[in-house]
Amino acid sequence: MIIDLPSTTTSQINSRLVRLRDEGGATTLGRVLTLVIVTEDGQRTDAAIDAANDASREHPCRVIVVARGARQAAPRLDAQIRVGGDAGASEVVVLRLYGELAKEGASCVMPLLLPDTPVVAWWPFDAPVSPSKDPIGQLAQRRITDAAAEKNPIKALESRRAHYAPGDTDLAWTRLTLWRAMLASSLDLPPYEKVTEADVTGEADSPSTDLLAAWLTDRLKVSAKRFKATSGEGIVEVRLGRPSGDVDLIRPDGKVGTLAQPGQPSRRVALQRRSVRDCLAEELRRLDPDEVYAAALRSLSKVAKGRAHSAKPEAAEEAPAVESANGSAAPKKSKAKAGS
Amino acid sequence: MTTSAKWHNPLRDARDKRMPRIAGPSALVIFGVTGDLSRKKLMPAIYDLANRGLLPPGFGLVGFARRDWADQDFMKVVHDAVKEHARTPFNEAVWQQLAEGIRFVQGTFDDDQSFDNLASCLAQLDAERGTGGNHAFYLSIPPGAFPTVVNQLKRAGLAQTAPDQWRRVVIEKPFGHDLKSAKELNKTVNEVFPEESVFRIDHYLGKETVQNILALRFANQLYEPIWNSNYVDHVQITMAEDIGLGGRAGYYDGIGATRDVIQNHLLQLLALIAMEEPVSFKPADLRAEKVKILSATRPAQPFEETTSRGQYTGGWQGGQKVLGLLEEGGFSPESKTETFGAITCEVNTRRWAGVPFYLRTGKRLGRRVTEVAVVFKRAPHLPFDDTATEELGQNALVVRVQPDEGVTIRFGSKVPGNTMEVRDVTMDFGYGHSFTESSPEAYERLLLDVLLGEPSLFPKNDEVELSWEILDPILDFWARKDEPALEKYKAGTWGPPSADAMTARTGRHWRRP
Repeated sequence: MIIDLPSTTTSQINSRLVRLRDEGGATTLGRVLTLVIVTEDGQRTDAAIDAANDASREHPCRVIVVARGARQAAPRLDAQIRVGGDAGASEVVVLRLYGELAKEGASCVMPLLLPDTPVVAWWPFDAPVSPSKDPIGQLAQRRITDAAAEKNPIKALESRRAHYAPGDTDLAWTRLTLWRAMLASSLDLPPYEKVTEADVTGEADSPSTDLLAAWLTDRLKVSAKRFKATSGEGIVEVRLGRPSGDVDLIRPDGKVGTLAQPGQPSRRVALQRRSVRDCLAEELRRLDPDEVYAAALRSLSKVAKGRAHSAKPEAAEEAPAVESANGSAAPKKSKAKAGS
Repeated sequence: MTTSAKWHNPLRDARDKRMPRIAGPSALVIFGVTGDLSRKKLMPAIYDLANRGLLPPGFGLVGFARRDWADQDFMKVVHDAVKEHARTPFNEAVWQQLAEGIRFVQGTFDDDQSFDNLASCLAQLDAERGTGGNHAFYLSIPPGAFPTVVNQLKRAGLAQTAPDQWRRVVIEKPFGHDLKSAKELNKTVNEVFPEESVFRIDHYLGKETVQNILALRFANQLYEPIWNSNYVDHVQITMAEDIGLGGRAGYYDGIGATRDVIQNHLLQLLALIAMEEPVSFKPADLRAEKVKILSATRPAQPFEETTSRGQYTGGWQGGQKVLGLLEEGGFSPESKTETFGAITCEVNTRRWAGVPFYLRTGKRLGRRVTEVAVVFKRAPHLPFDDTATEELGQNALVVRVQPDEGVTIRFGSKVPGNTMEVRDVTMDFGYGHSFTESSPEAYERLLLDVLLGEPSLFPKNDEVELSWEILDPILDFWARKDEPALEKYKAGTWGPPSADAMTARTGRHWRRP
């Protein structure tokens, strides 16, 4: 059901929501969080709402979309409420803000937040320079950005590093989870040797590739090298160098990867690129600050640039293998639950 | 070279909560692979795990059965089972990756050659797929065949491990049919596999709601103060099914509802509801508390009044004409097998003294439901007119295990109007409302736990034996005295009259779930 409320106020929206709940029974009960999506009006807002609706099947939430319209227009608030089949397991309130109001999104969002539950802000396209200082960002415990969706992804990632605050997260990081899990489990097997070098290859404008290299730099205490791939999508290859042989994970086509490591036959692994809805559902699972992401961001500057080359990195040029104490602080096993 | 015990994987970090637990290199061998459970639950669960990226890249799946199949035929069976029953969408890339590790071994349990073939098949998988000599054997077979299979595994050298390898065996209920047979079964299995590598599947323990009982009780401040005999009047644990036993005579005749369900599922639920707070959630600590509470649990006497059993008769149920048990194919027309069983337990601890725990289960009951209801005492004084609280029942906290997983609290509320009238209302928490709609299937969780070697959700041999110690006196009594009589109940009702009598004798009554 879609209800349009042109030229309205938040109290009218609220009373309409309460009335819907009275009429429709429990349709708006049991929400676990409020998700605020911030876009410019006319951007692919509906794609973002669809992703949120899908994620809401796992995390029933109230979705508030703040679509900022023309600044020159007369100040006006147009609202649309979507519930039931049009909103997945959530209820969606789309707020279109015009004129001066466009800058005052936070004041329109505030009265619609669910009581006593977490607030998550998501900028599916362009994010503010400092999400935690943004008025809407300040309402939220968790702020999700997507460096890959911005005009200059690598620059955006750099800005995330410069303005990081606990609670920030970026979908470029979420897209790495499968890669990271695969690499971590490859090191669970013998030979139990220190990794002495790490090469990461990916598309030139793939922020995930940079982050993966940074994460490896942070965890392995080596300076990972980042190579630009000439073909392939996103991340293309990771090579972890060890005295007895390399662990090599290659995904040339963006779908199926191949994992090769000494003492093991080479095997195919499903590593398809993750959809936004997948990533969003993962983000909503954890609402506490992601310290591992923060550590990876901090290590971005330590990643070395590798020279452009074809898919297979030959034992590359000068290797500034930074020797340092190995990560003795690393606990044995991640206690993450199944299902994450 | 350091060993695995000393190795700290630098890429793992306890703070990294996103990182999923991926099973290490391993192969799963399923005996009885042509069975229903295997097709409807195990194979789809394996695919779902693979689809969620939780299986290792070189996972091997080996089917063992009498059928004259080649690997491709078996692969086709798995493929169809996955397409039909998997929870997550079908993804060709994931399937291809999984299919590469699928093998089939044709053979019978008493044939040495078959098990030698299995051994060489597994050796080949280790070499080709890197399964690392880690093998789990899933015995989806009648318990009578356990000794043969287990000893064959031993003979073929499949039970011995080299360092840094593991062998695990997964078995399903029934874990014996009384204390003696359970002990024998444990002995047979433990002779070949040490207890820490035996995983007894009780799929109820893999359900989110059952694990949530621990969160509900031990993560909240709200419930613990009233979780004792000062406030709790009694506890009802129900597992009802609306289906009959057509086609399951071979397994069920002579076993009956009490052995089939109360011994494992319901007594495990009782343990989780009644146990004290574990020191930690480590498997050994959790188990210590379960063992403690089970060893304090006794069946309440006299059995002719505190127990009930029944057998369903045919009739109309939910718009369908259904057969009675005695008409179902495979059952003897004189069968004395009960399809409904109810017992009363007392838990002799300070916390629970005087609180009866009613456990009931049955086939062809009103609807399919599993729930635990903690029913509280009435308020000691009600400052209302008698008429105001006429319709007020007892407060209750209900854990709905399936379907519609969640928690319900029942309490009194004023009926709108200008008179003071109080009536029961409910406050609902639905898992499906507040969390994922598609929470993992119990088998997914349990299979993953087997491959990870995480034993918390699997009952151990002493828990099984303690459950039989609780049940054996009742089963003996029923066999000896034939009291209370095996009563008939109509399909689609909530059991025989003696079930109501056993609660009514102390002024209580069953909830209609």
